[in-house]
Amino acid sequence: MEFDVLVDVRLRGGIADPAGATIERALPALGYDGVSGVTVGKTVRFTIEATGIAEATARAEDLCASFLINPVIEDASVAVLPADPVG
Amino acid sequence: MATTVGVVVFPGTNCEMDAVVAVERLGGDGRMLWHADDYLGGVDAVIVPGGFAHGDYLRPGAIARFSPMMGAVARFAADGGPVVGICNGFQVLTEAGLLPGALQKNTGLRFLCQPTMLRVATSASVLTSRASVGTELSVPINHFEGNYTCDSETLAQLRDEDRIVLRYVDNPNGSVDDIAGVCSEGRNVVGLMPHPERACDELLGSADGAVLIGSLLDAA
Repeated sequence: MEFDVLVDVRLRGGIADPAGATIERALPALGYDGVSGVTVGKTVRFTIEATGIAEATARAEDLCASFLINPVIEDASVAVLPADPVG
Repeated sequence: MATTVGVVVFPGTNCEMDAVVAVERLGGDGRMLWHADDYLGGVDAVIVPGGFAHGDYLRPGAIARFSPMMGAVARFAADGGPVVGICNGFQVLTEAGLLPGALQKNTGLRFLCQPTMLRVATSASVLTSRASVGTELSVPINHFEGNYTCDSETLAQLRDEDRIVLRYVDNPNGSVDDIAGVCSEGRNVVGLMPHPERACDELLGSADGAVLIGSLLDAA
């Protein structure tokens, strides 16, 4: 079976996010007041083959931890869905 | 026979000739090492130079660490061989797990290309053996992601073990504890963001980098 994987990579708490801070600072000038907590991360999507969702999730999380993120500065959440749902 | 320094070249590396010329002006023999090969060919030391290895895609150094040459470099380092990562090379060495910590975007979100003053924090490393602690060196930086960071336990360990090699006199990028360069537990692997190979001749504005590249030649 194939599964769609969506990895949401974000900077860990305490790691400077100059891109997020710059966007947040620009918002009042554009008329968007009251917006806070802006962070900039990245999204990685791919399809993975596995026998079931548990295996797909385990493989995606392993791939994520060993390559897609640098654990010193980044965290990620991994979402896995069947790529071709029946029906 | 001249000391041979291997300079690793990835697709996107752009400081390899600067490194080779600096080594040769100081009496060494510089040799390029292609990233897809997995042998060092008997070199006495290795420089992982600056640039944008593999386009810096994903993160600087993230893909470069999978190049076959990095396996050979890791084995060389494990045997005590001197390895220096400069700028992107420092990023590659942290991603490869040969050095602790990581390099994040500069505070202020600016690409910085300027001379900086460094202070030698230890002479017990393959890059600083010719320099005295406290010596100030003018060496240029040229980076966007040079803001060194690590968790507080790692920082305490680096301090306790005297593994902070160079500090910025006037921190340009937000690096924790003004760190410009660190070394491995064995002191034979050093990473730094500034470019000593670009400061080995007065014509370039400073020859202060020669003491660092010269130290590497001594260590080889």
